[in-house]
Amino acid sequence: MFYPKVHDPILLKEISTEIRRSVIKSLTLAGSGHLGASLGLADLFTCLYFAILNHDPDDPKFSDRDRLILSIGHVAPLLYTTLARVGYFPEKELETLRKLGSRLQGHPGREHGLPGLELSAGSLGQGLSVSVGRALAGKMNGNSWRVYCILGDGELQEGSVWEAAMSASHLKLDHLIAIVDRNGVQIDGKTEAIMALEPLKEKWKAFGWEVVECDGNNHQDLISSFHLAQQVVGKPTVIIAYTKMGKGVPMIEGDHRWHGKAPSEEESSLFLKQLEETTAG
Amino acid sequence: MTKQYINRGDRPTKEGFAEGLLASGIRHPEVMVIGADITASVGANLFAQRFPNRFISLGIAEQNCMGVAAGLALEGKIPVFATYGVFAALRTTDQIRVSVCYNNLHVVIGGAHAGLSVGADGATHQALEDLAVMRVLPNMTVLSPCDATQTKIAVQQAIHQVTGPVYIRFGRAPVSDFTRDNQVVEVGKGQLLHPGNDLTIIATGHMVWEALQAAYLLQEEKISVRVINIHTVKPIDQEIIVMAARETHAIITAEEHQVTGGLGGAVAEVLGREYPVPMRLIGMPDRFGESGEPAELMKKFGLTGQTIIQTAKELLELKSK
Repeated sequence: MFYPKVHDPILLKEISTEIRRSVIKSLTLAGSGHLGASLGLADLFTCLYFAILNHDPDDPKFSDRDRLILSIGHVAPLLYTTLARVGYFPEKELETLRKLGSRLQGHPGREHGLPGLELSAGSLGQGLSVSVGRALAGKMNGNSWRVYCILGDGELQEGSVWEAAMSASHLKLDHLIAIVDRNGVQIDGKTEAIMALEPLKEKWKAFGWEVVECDGNNHQDLISSFHLAQQVVGKPTVIIAYTKMGKGVPMIEGDHRWHGKAPSEEESSLFLKQLEETTAG
Repeated sequence: MTKQYINRGDRPTKEGFAEGLLASGIRHPEVMVIGADITASVGANLFAQRFPNRFISLGIAEQNCMGVAAGLALEGKIPVFATYGVFAALRTTDQIRVSVCYNNLHVVIGGAHAGLSVGADGATHQALEDLAVMRVLPNMTVLSPCDATQTKIAVQQAIHQVTGPVYIRFGRAPVSDFTRDNQVVEVGKGQLLHPGNDLTIIATGHMVWEALQAAYLLQEEKISVRVINIHTVKPIDQEIIVMAARETHAIITAEEHQVTGGLGGAVAEVLGREYPVPMRLIGMPDRFGESGEPAELMKKFGLTGQTIIQTAKELLELKSK
């Protein structure tokens, strides 16, 4: 049985807030990790796991499930938090993030046995290739499940992403949907200053992809974009999701310094307070 | 002791790869081959002609090829990605490390043009570091068969017996084809090809034939040389190596690969720990290759039976002191 999809926008919003709260807490306990994108993508993960993906937390390897490939492995805290919230493992285990002996590795590692992980990843630029391989196998077998691949915008500076993009359209993989987290920042600063990505939409189009743009922090926009992508025939689709790094905590929103940092105890309580204020409003 | 092995005629080990791959394709419907533009020159052509729907051309984009192979393996396919060894092992090392090995996926990586066998193309295309880089990766199995007949068997072992990541290297130059069709060869086990008590030559790939020739010539001088073929560089057969050290007290390794990090390094790691004895390593002397006929290059860089004979005599002299 697939996990029942949530249609109530208020409930989806509550779930995103819970996930953000939990991400801040687990990163604070871990003392290190990537907060920025984990907060920025909380709405995307909520939509995927609660409203879009066909999946079953009670049977994580169910053969007809959709496959979610997280190419940006550093967003692991958000993946773990979402998996726990949707029922793959007890939420209490989130306290072990990045600790010795934990199933919750700094970047996802399947050999540690956490249910729900589709790929051990963390070295940027590899996830889309693996997604192409999985989608190709599914197409050859005549399966109906889809592959969803989450990419970072900074990651698009890796040349191998474009090798993979070229092959996905060449192979007409319409069951492959890529999502680019277009938050505009990377570790050293703004993407356009470090190594410009624009015109991004045109780049993907030139590589033979259908392109959908959306507000990556708006549930309804995300969900309707996925529904659009699912209708595309004969080519893969990329959803360029414009997000804010650190979304939900105004004092760090869009600040690249929070790409790879965890909050201190004091910062943590401040962030949690800000999160409550923004969501209450 | 007579010569047990004779050359049935020179053949590139690539032909064995091509035949084995075709045989595996016939045997198992999930075997797929990924091509990076050089299908015939790496021996994937027989498979591609017979199974066009299971041959996926992905162009000159090796990093993507390796990632796609990982994705196919995650879905239960048995992907084989073959290209020149320099690209298979080195250009895609990070994809192999993370997407293939860390996920412990059964991806079969074929490294063509191993060693100096591509000859005239020169240093850029001569795979002389692949064994070192592949054998250091966790979960990886590394196969280095010695002739075309054994390569045909080895590629089928890589596809049907090994369960995790596996790298298999093979060459382009025609070399002696001497092992038997019905030979016993197991993944992880060395092959005793010639008995002897004075010293042991442990060789892999094309150097195995050279080692045999050296042993046959030394035999005429009443020097009894044991020859072991290491067909699996990782996991290496510790037992046969330690027994050779214990019984012959002197070891020479010979490989068409950099002298550091490959077979010689693997054997030295075993003996340093288990049973240290005087040892000499024959291999590419920590330098790049160059253009020339493969046989000329092997001679220039000392990868010949003659070098083995000379080294054996030096080592025996040292041993007798």
